[in-house]
Amino acid sequence: MRLLLPFVACFATAVAISAPHPGISDTAISGLQNPATLSAFGFFEGNAANPSMKLIPYTLRTPLFSDYAEKQRFIYLPPEALVTADKDGRLVFPVGSALVKNFGYTDSATGALAVLETRILLHKSDGWVALPYVWRADGSDADLRVGGTRIPVSFDREGKKLSISYAVPNKNQCKQCHSSAEQIVPIGPIWQNMEFLKAKDAARFIKANPQLAKLDKWAAWDDARSGNVQERARHYLKVNCGHCHAPKGAASNSGLFLDGSATDTAAIGIGKRPVAAGRASGNLDFIIEAGHPERSILIARMKSTDSGIAMPELGRSLHHKEGVKLLEDWIAAMPPSVY
Amino acid sequence: MRMRNIGIVGAAICALVQPAFAKTIAVAPGEGAQMRLQEALIAAEPGDIVELGEGRFKLTDGLSLDVNNVTVKGMGAKLTTLDFSGQQGAGEGLLVTSDDVVLRDFGVENSKGDGIKSKGADRIVYHKLRVEWTGGPKETNGAYGIYPVESTDVLIDSVVVRGASDAGIYVGQSRNIIVRESIATENVAGIEIENSFDADVHDNIATHNTGGVLVFDLPNLPQMGGHNVRIFDNIIVDNMTPNFAPKGNIVANVPTGTGVMVMANRNVEIFDNVLGDNGTTNIMVVGYRFPHNDAKYDPLPRDVVIWDNQHGRAGWDPKFRGGAEIAAAMGGNFPAIFWDGAGGPAKAPVISDTVPALSLGLTDILADPATAAPTPLAIATKRPAALPAIKLPDSMEAAVR
Repeated sequence: MRLLLPFVACFATAVAISAPHPGISDTAISGLQNPATLSAFGFFEGNAANPSMKLIPYTLRTPLFSDYAEKQRFIYLPPEALVTADKDGRLVFPVGSALVKNFGYTDSATGALAVLETRILLHKSDGWVALPYVWRADGSDADLRVGGTRIPVSFDREGKKLSISYAVPNKNQCKQCHSSAEQIVPIGPIWQNMEFLKAKDAARFIKANPQLAKLDKWAAWDDARSGNVQERARHYLKVNCGHCHAPKGAASNSGLFLDGSATDTAAIGIGKRPVAAGRASGNLDFIIEAGHPERSILIARMKSTDSGIAMPELGRSLHHKEGVKLLEDWIAAMPPSVY
Repeated sequence: MRMRNIGIVGAAICALVQPAFAKTIAVAPGEGAQMRLQEALIAAEPGDIVELGEGRFKLTDGLSLDVNNVTVKGMGAKLTTLDFSGQQGAGEGLLVTSDDVVLRDFGVENSKGDGIKSKGADRIVYHKLRVEWTGGPKETNGAYGIYPVESTDVLIDSVVVRGASDAGIYVGQSRNIIVRESIATENVAGIEIENSFDADVHDNIATHNTGGVLVFDLPNLPQMGGHNVRIFDNIIVDNMTPNFAPKGNIVANVPTGTGVMVMANRNVEIFDNVLGDNGTTNIMVVGYRFPHNDAKYDPLPRDVVIWDNQHGRAGWDPKFRGGAEIAAAMGGNFPAIFWDGAGGPAKAPVISDTVPALSLGLTDILADPATAAPTPLAIATKRPAALPAIKLPDSMEAAVR
């Protein structure tokens, strides 16, 4: 089997070279080897600013906070692909599909988005694979970094310059968030949380799955018109915490379930004592103390930037002030009689 | 003869299952250690050994292993050190999420969160490891030193853990567990078995912790109903380090000077241990005292057997609410063994040790200890049927031979 690998790689290269407009390489997506450079897939034409026309761009109403990084999200579907959806609106992609996500910051001098890394999820015949690619300084291509890396980054935020050590996750960390029952799964593409930049793309999914049109869109965490504080807070938690804090997620042992599955108040943290928080309990008794955000461990951990305390554990070195404010408002408004 | 045949067949099957080219990936400390080591842990294939060189690996982030049947091996617990004092991210030093992993012969220092965590990692072996917060007991130290959780078949053998602000060796929500021949010192809890089934804790030394060995069960967790735990042949002495756990943690409630503490478990046997110099008490059996709303949870300890332990000095400085008053009433000393009494006489521990043993006589789990009506506990002569010894798969025992 191993002897075949060089041949497969050669074949992929041959295809890429021989085609005048290479487009996206289905061979690279489904192949056994992970290409060393992002260009092997053909998701971008030249650089990150030019995504292939074959990619379907979309945004999320409530996204994961990643140190204020700006993100661009794309779906790639192989020819003739049929995407279905489960009853909860989670899109089900066929083998050969890919999800592509750029992370970067706006360059204050040029106003352009400087993409630092591109994370991809590839649906191969034996399951999904998650890989991080880091763009070269000249933007010509991005290199596979399975071990992750750190990149010093400075950017402007509300008139202030912030400097951080931006963390590119390693391959295992990709899986840590993207795992359900120890298998890699996509997190983001849930219909109710998605917005398509092109109407024809949304129409394509609806055409194949008419039931999606009946699902209510999720509240956008930062848009008060889209839902009340509780709705927005619950969706913020679902997106920012629910991938690990789920019965089959990386934080299953905590008994704190923020993915929407919880059926009792303790399981979403209200009146629940910490289990394995260690010093992260910060001298507080409950994950959420109704009416008291200042006495809730959830808030304290989301404010902390100490890696032994901070939640989420990965992808955050800054405190998301606006998101935490929403959760504080939600907890402050809870009647103490809830538990 | 029959056994030998099985062995030969087993070896043949193993040879077939093992990849043909199991290899050793050597990683040395020095420049770029974080990325080189993490990439080796990702590149490893089942059967491989990731060999850590002698010296100090200065790490900037957590490490993780997600490949089955990999051995991570250093040159010795003091010769190879994974130094996490410069760690910027991740909740633990090393995270293992795959099965049949052996970790051996290296040290882990000063991780920001837990030292080594393994989650859903069946048949994991921790052998000849050192996990340490080098500044000694501090509230700012990470929570757990060695932390397997949600795993079946766990072996912790010949490790040293020091300075954890929660538990040095903590096994949570797991089953079929052995913790042996290890040293836990200067932690809040030396060794803790929590919400777990079927554990043997033996031939360990737990000293200079706040509490030596804890057997706990907590509510609102996926796995509850901790049971079948045997604590035997351990030395559990001088656990007098003032409790340095941040309040809010369950171990923040462990009284300084506790030898063994059993909370809300059933079928726990504590036998043939050497206990002493524990200022609150040598053995404490109590219920979970906090209000909870979990109908599936039983807060009472029951079917606890305390048999043939050797007791030294205990109870001269009980850090237990109402403890000083009880000690005064008993002529100055708190008993070497005590039970809170919750659940009534049917739940009383069965004791052979001939030292002062007391029930606080609390009828209700939420009763104030100040309302205690202490009564001596009777000495038993007939030992209840013993729990079976834990047996782990042969592959795990072979890894430490």
